[in-house]
Amino acid sequence: MSIPVILFFLCALVAVAGAVLLILAREPIHSALALVLVMSTLAILYLLLGAPFIAAVQVIVYAGAVMVLFVFVIMLLNAGSEERTNISRLAKPIGLPLGFVLLLAFAYFLWRSPVGGAIANGTGSSNDAADTVKLSEMLFRQYLFPFEATSILILIAILGALVLARKES
Amino acid sequence: MLLLNHLWIILALPLAGAAINGLLGKLWPKSAVNSVAIGSVVLSFLAVAETVREFCNLAPSQIPFIGNYFTWMIAGEATPHPFRVDFALQVDQLTVVMLLVVTFVGMLIHIYSTGYMAHEGGYYRFFSYLNLFMFFMLTLVMAANLVVMFVGWEGVGLCSYLLIGFWFLKKSATDAGKKAFIVTRIGDFGFTIGILLVFATFGTVAFGEIFPLASQQSETVLTTICLLLFAGAVGKSAQLPLYVWLPDAMEGPTPVSALIHAATMVTAGVYMVARMSPLFSRAPVAMFVVAIVGAVTAFYSATIGLVQTDIKKVLAYSTVSQLGYMFLACGVGAYASGIFHLMTHAFFKGLLFLAAGSVIHAMGGEQDMMKMGGLRKKIPVTYWTMLIGTLAIAGIPGFAGFFSKDDILEAAEAGRYHHVVLFVLGLVGAGLTSFYMFRLVFLTFFGQPRYDEHKVHVHESPKNMTIPLMILAFLSIFGGWFAAPRLVGRMDYFEKFLAPVFASSPGGDVAPAAAEAGATPAMDLVHALTGWPVIVGILGLLVAWWFYIKNPEVPKRLAKNIHALYLLLLNKYYVDEIYAALIVRPLLWISTNVLWQVVDEGLIDGTVNGTATVARESGSQARKLQSGNTRSYAAWVIVGAVAFTALLFGILGVKR
Amino acid sequence: MSAVPISYYLVLSAILFGLGVVAVVFKRNIITIFMSIELMLNAVNLAFVAFARAHNQLDGLVFVFFVIVVAAAEAAVGLAIVIMLAQNRESLNVERVNLLKL
Repeated sequence: MSIPVILFFLCALVAVAGAVLLILAREPIHSALALVLVMSTLAILYLLLGAPFIAAVQVIVYAGAVMVLFVFVIMLLNAGSEERTNISRLAKPIGLPLGFVLLLAFAYFLWRSPVGGAIANGTGSSNDAADTVKLSEMLFRQYLFPFEATSILILIAILGALVLARKES
Repeated sequence: MLLLNHLWIILALPLAGAAINGLLGKLWPKSAVNSVAIGSVVLSFLAVAETVREFCNLAPSQIPFIGNYFTWMIAGEATPHPFRVDFALQVDQLTVVMLLVVTFVGMLIHIYSTGYMAHEGGYYRFFSYLNLFMFFMLTLVMAANLVVMFVGWEGVGLCSYLLIGFWFLKKSATDAGKKAFIVTRIGDFGFTIGILLVFATFGTVAFGEIFPLASQQSETVLTTICLLLFAGAVGKSAQLPLYVWLPDAMEGPTPVSALIHAATMVTAGVYMVARMSPLFSRAPVAMFVVAIVGAVTAFYSATIGLVQTDIKKVLAYSTVSQLGYMFLACGVGAYASGIFHLMTHAFFKGLLFLAAGSVIHAMGGEQDMMKMGGLRKKIPVTYWTMLIGTLAIAGIPGFAGFFSKDDILEAAEAGRYHHVVLFVLGLVGAGLTSFYMFRLVFLTFFGQPRYDEHKVHVHESPKNMTIPLMILAFLSIFGGWFAAPRLVGRMDYFEKFLAPVFASSPGGDVAPAAAEAGATPAMDLVHALTGWPVIVGILGLLVAWWFYIKNPEVPKRLAKNIHALYLLLLNKYYVDEIYAALIVRPLLWISTNVLWQVVDEGLIDGTVNGTATVARESGSQARKLQSGNTRSYAAWVIVGAVAFTALLFGILGVKR
Repeated sequence: MSAVPISYYLVLSAILFGLGVVAVVFKRNIITIFMSIELMLNAVNLAFVAFARAHNQLDGLVFVFFVIVVAAAEAAVGLAIVIMLAQNRESLNVERVNLLKL
């Protein structure tokens, strides 16, 4: 039992707990905070996997910006607690078991995938900085077109959000 | 060889006449319709005469002469025995006899009809149907294979239906037409199966190809084929038990009764049996069935004819009876005698019907003999011709019927396949025939008038009706004299003419017993003139004279004394009622309750409506998928994802 | 010197994904559903990074980068729609969004 493994299990446990909290929480704000918890632990796991850049992006963009947006919206709309209606009778008996089936199926197949046995390197392989440099090079060379396309996508999203949120005048 | 190479002309002429009259006749005056109708038949007769002349010049190896015009249908060309039906016509001695009879008697009746139907509506329609009938009948007798013969067979049945129900506004007429068609259909069903069995056995339906192979088949197969084909003959030629339509067919105009139901159509069955003689001769069981059916029918319907009061009904039952004699002849192997009787019967029965029509015309439409009487002096031509016909049918020596009937009864008594029962039935039937025919004559023409002379103006018929009567009377006397030389120990010409046709049957044609060795011609003559048939014929005449001229009250007393028997005969043994109860009503019940309600409404409508219902209901259920409920949509997305994953990894075997 | 087998990460990813699915199906608040979708995306990201490490290639990381960016854009637009819905319908219950119902 080495340190990475213990760390992994710890983070995994916290992540799962956060996800369960997400489901079980009564108030949406609690769910949002649970999600932030999950994202943070995932960032640690990225670090364990030797992807510091991604971990940073996760914390800054995902947990920092997106979740903040969520929280703002929740506060804006004064989202109260969940109602308890049961219009779709089909959902509970089918959805729950199916969700677990899906979960188990994925787990099983991923376990058995040929890649599964590969060992992850420990914390930070040879050179994190060098990796990040290589990553940015890839981003701006091979994946230039998707990069530009994504920036346009963001532009469109901003415009869309603006248009949608405008009041009719 | 002009006409022999173009035999179809004989058929085409009446067909053209039927078409022209049918399509255009409504607009034309009666004279135009007449000329087209009679002209086509006369031309057809002339064509037949020419054909016969050419035929007589043929060498024996060219007979039967077959003209193959086109292949009508062919199936299974690649197989060793394709089902091939050519439109082929053939001429041999038997065909010649039939052609002459059909066209000549047909011609006379066409001429007669111009007088009889002069005051009727639908004039052009009558002649169109009559010509159409000629076409089909000629197809039947000239056919070179079973299928073309069946075309003619069915066609004459159709024309019979159309003509019986000619006065279609009269319910009894249309009922009679339907009855005729349906009853003969029953026989035709057997005939069809017979044709199929012939094809299955011989691989072909053409006569020229079947007959040489006949000796190689097993007797059982041949017997079955013959019995099936005979079933068709039983229907078409009105034998027991399918005779019931013929008396009802008297609803049609009298010329129709004369042509179709006496001279030609009903003889189609006899012709068919004679044509298929190579098969029948090799199936003794079938032959016996034919003979016994013929004999019993001859006797049975003669008994019914004894007490009928409608003049046409008496003649109808007489026709059934005489047809029985023809089948009796064929059944004992005397095919030529049967055809001979067919010919003489066409003459004298045609004559009798036409004369009866003349009487009815004279009486202004009255058909009940009990309301006639003493017409002898008033319509002399009709009287004399009818008397000649009656003498012929009774078998009085010197007239045509004597020769043919004598032939048949001799064959039944002493021919190769003789049987005493057949002879006795035939003999008694002959006696009864003589009796009821003379009864008819005496009731109609003798005695005191039993009608109101002020209401009914009896007048002789016009020339276009009396001349055919006279021609047929002439033939009723002399038409049988072909066979006369046999009586003096020499050859029967008619039989000699037909011999090649029946030569291929084992034992050939059964000729009536040849002269005894050592007998002189004079002895033969005396022997023939004092034979049993003559005796019963004269006996019938005498008894009828006793009953209806000497002591008119005797019939009434007799009817009272044996009232039950009298009623039984008068009501035709209640056969129609029995059929109605046993067959017609159950069939109607099944049709209504089973076939209509269960099968048609339940199954078929149910299936069709059910498909629509299933579609509608399943659509209605499927509609619930689109609930508008986002969460159930999400749930279905998950279901789809799981299924797809399972598909990918499990069934399609994506590598783990 | 032992390290964590990749399959552990993958199983974790699977578990998180499954939980996200369950949440999507069962929660009634639109915003909560949205957040569960984000959870699913995160689980997928984890799988990508794990695979990238397993194959020793950086392409997986690039993909993760893009996923995060697109998720952000999607969140922006999606929340704008949610706001509009909430204003129109006075409720955040997803079952109230049922104008498509027959």
